[in-house]
Amino acid sequence: MIEAAGLSKRFGTIQAVREVSFRAANGEITGILGPNGAGKSTTLRMLYGVLTPDRGSARIDDLDIRGETSSARAHLGVLPHAAGLYGNLTGRENIEYFGALHGIEGGRLEARIAELARALGMHSFLERRAKGFSQGQRIKVALARALIHEPANLVLDEPTNGLDVMAIRNLRDILRDLKAQGRCILFSSHVMQEVAALCDRIVIIGHGSVLSEGSPEAIRAASGTASLEEAFLKVLGESEGLN
Amino acid sequence: MRALIRVFRKEFLENLRDRRTLISALLFGPLFGPLLFGAMVSRMLNQSVSEADEPLKIQISGAEHAPNLMLYLESHGVQCESVQESEAAARDAVRRGAAAVVLIVAADYAERFSAARPAPLFLIADSSDSQTRKSAERLRALIAGYGSAIAQQRLEARGVDPLLGVPVAIQDIDATTPAGRAVVVLGFMTYFVLFAVLMGGLYLAIDSTAGERERGSLEALLSLPVARSALVGGKMLATSAYMSLSLAVNLGAFVCVLQFVPLERLGMSANFGARTALEFFAICVPFVPLGAALMMLVASFTRSYREAQTYLTSVLLVPTLPIAFASIYSLKTKSSLMLVPSLSQHLLMTSILKDEPIAPLDVAVSASSALLLAALLFALTARHWRRETMLG
Repeated sequence: MIEAAGLSKRFGTIQAVREVSFRAANGEITGILGPNGAGKSTTLRMLYGVLTPDRGSARIDDLDIRGETSSARAHLGVLPHAAGLYGNLTGRENIEYFGALHGIEGGRLEARIAELARALGMHSFLERRAKGFSQGQRIKVALARALIHEPANLVLDEPTNGLDVMAIRNLRDILRDLKAQGRCILFSSHVMQEVAALCDRIVIIGHGSVLSEGSPEAIRAASGTASLEEAFLKVLGESEGLN
Repeated sequence: MRALIRVFRKEFLENLRDRRTLISALLFGPLFGPLLFGAMVSRMLNQSVSEADEPLKIQISGAEHAPNLMLYLESHGVQCESVQESEAAARDAVRRGAAAVVLIVAADYAERFSAARPAPLFLIADSSDSQTRKSAERLRALIAGYGSAIAQQRLEARGVDPLLGVPVAIQDIDATTPAGRAVVVLGFMTYFVLFAVLMGGLYLAIDSTAGERERGSLEALLSLPVARSALVGGKMLATSAYMSLSLAVNLGAFVCVLQFVPLERLGMSANFGARTALEFFAICVPFVPLGAALMMLVASFTRSYREAQTYLTSVLLVPTLPIAFASIYSLKTKSSLMLVPSLSQHLLMTSILKDEPIAPLDVAVSASSALLLAALLFALTARHWRRETMLG
């Protein structure tokens, strides 16, 4: 379970995130939806503790990411926006490195990689140097890297960026499987269709604030529109008017 | 600690697979110094040998006017080539480099010589060329000797004591020792050693900081439950390992190259063998973590690979500063100077080369000041890595 409570962050004169609160539950996929520059990445970065909020707090499985950083992170897998790999290492070595830094080694690590290779379909490229990977292969290895310690919570920042249709579909199936395992999945996107196809709950963010929150159906009903897309546009339009 | 070792292993292995790192760290960086140094010293030695032994070659125009002078010069080993040239033509030939030194005997030389008036000679040489300037000086000295011999004969012929014409006697005593002349050369050599140390870690320091950020793997790494000091420590350890390897290759290459250079003529200990190399290694090893920490710190503040390259190339020059300072002010080995890293290594290595005794306390001070500074820079780097600006 991931909880954000009153997260605020300012960079210089720009208030990037203001008073963002939401909760992402276990066994659900929660989507953070918003246009580019809305504050999605900043919010996620505060959740996994590489940015310090000016105000507010973030908790992972009830562990404070500021106060109990290490244990909170042990419960969390992260796929950042820039999910770069080490080009001179093989796919396996990339995953092994992160596994070892999580304290997983030896036979347990090997078994875990075999499991992930099966689940993510990585057999054909696992032993190759990451230098020549396609975007889809790269995301799979980065995802395996984030899942190596079997975290109960997973944060993904725009994971579908640069993926082709097949790869996106593949990723959706993977995320559904993870959800079925009872994990809490939080991902961000600026593509409405993607969120609609996958999410149990949606948090719409614009100009650094939460504009609307709830199940897709609830958001549509609250805005009184026929489709989720219209609801999204309406919610954003209202915030434009406010600003 | 386990995380630190894991980071070290990964960085060490990853860069072992990178051709650019390997070439720069273990080939170009460490070998550049010994090869250049060997070539430089050989040339210097050959030059000083040739100056004394090689016959002086000059061109003479109007030799027929001064047959006695010609005999005198030839008997002193000067090879004279007779030409007929005007002053302007000779000047042009010297300028073009067609002739090194041209002596023109004026047409009225014989007449004035017989009349005991100063007989004119023109010596044409390019004073901006160190080689021909030396030839011209040698020729001038010879002609002056000829002149004073003639003067003595004339005085004697007139019944005057020739010593009257020599009111003072000046004698040049060159106090330069071979060792003193070697100081500049030694400065180069020790700098090449320190340069090899830094070059060994250059790419690793960049790759594991700015490179990691540019590659997009930094954020994932920073979101792991691992202390930032362990990350920095592992990377710094890997950088240090490459630096030590580079240092070892460098000293090995020096041992090989200097077999062919007659070092004893520069006043250095003649046998730069395995023993000296090991002593050098021991003296420079404390400088390794300092170099690694300095490079990591600078690279951590840069935003891209390119920017890091620019800044770190200047860091390569940092160890020259104390060495240059020391040679400008001709500082001698003192215990207080052992507090200054790079300078202390330079002074200690120079002492070894000159076969001077070394105080164990100096070695201890040199090592601990470098290590203390390294620890300080490490702490600063780790602190920067804990900041969110590290994400860039």
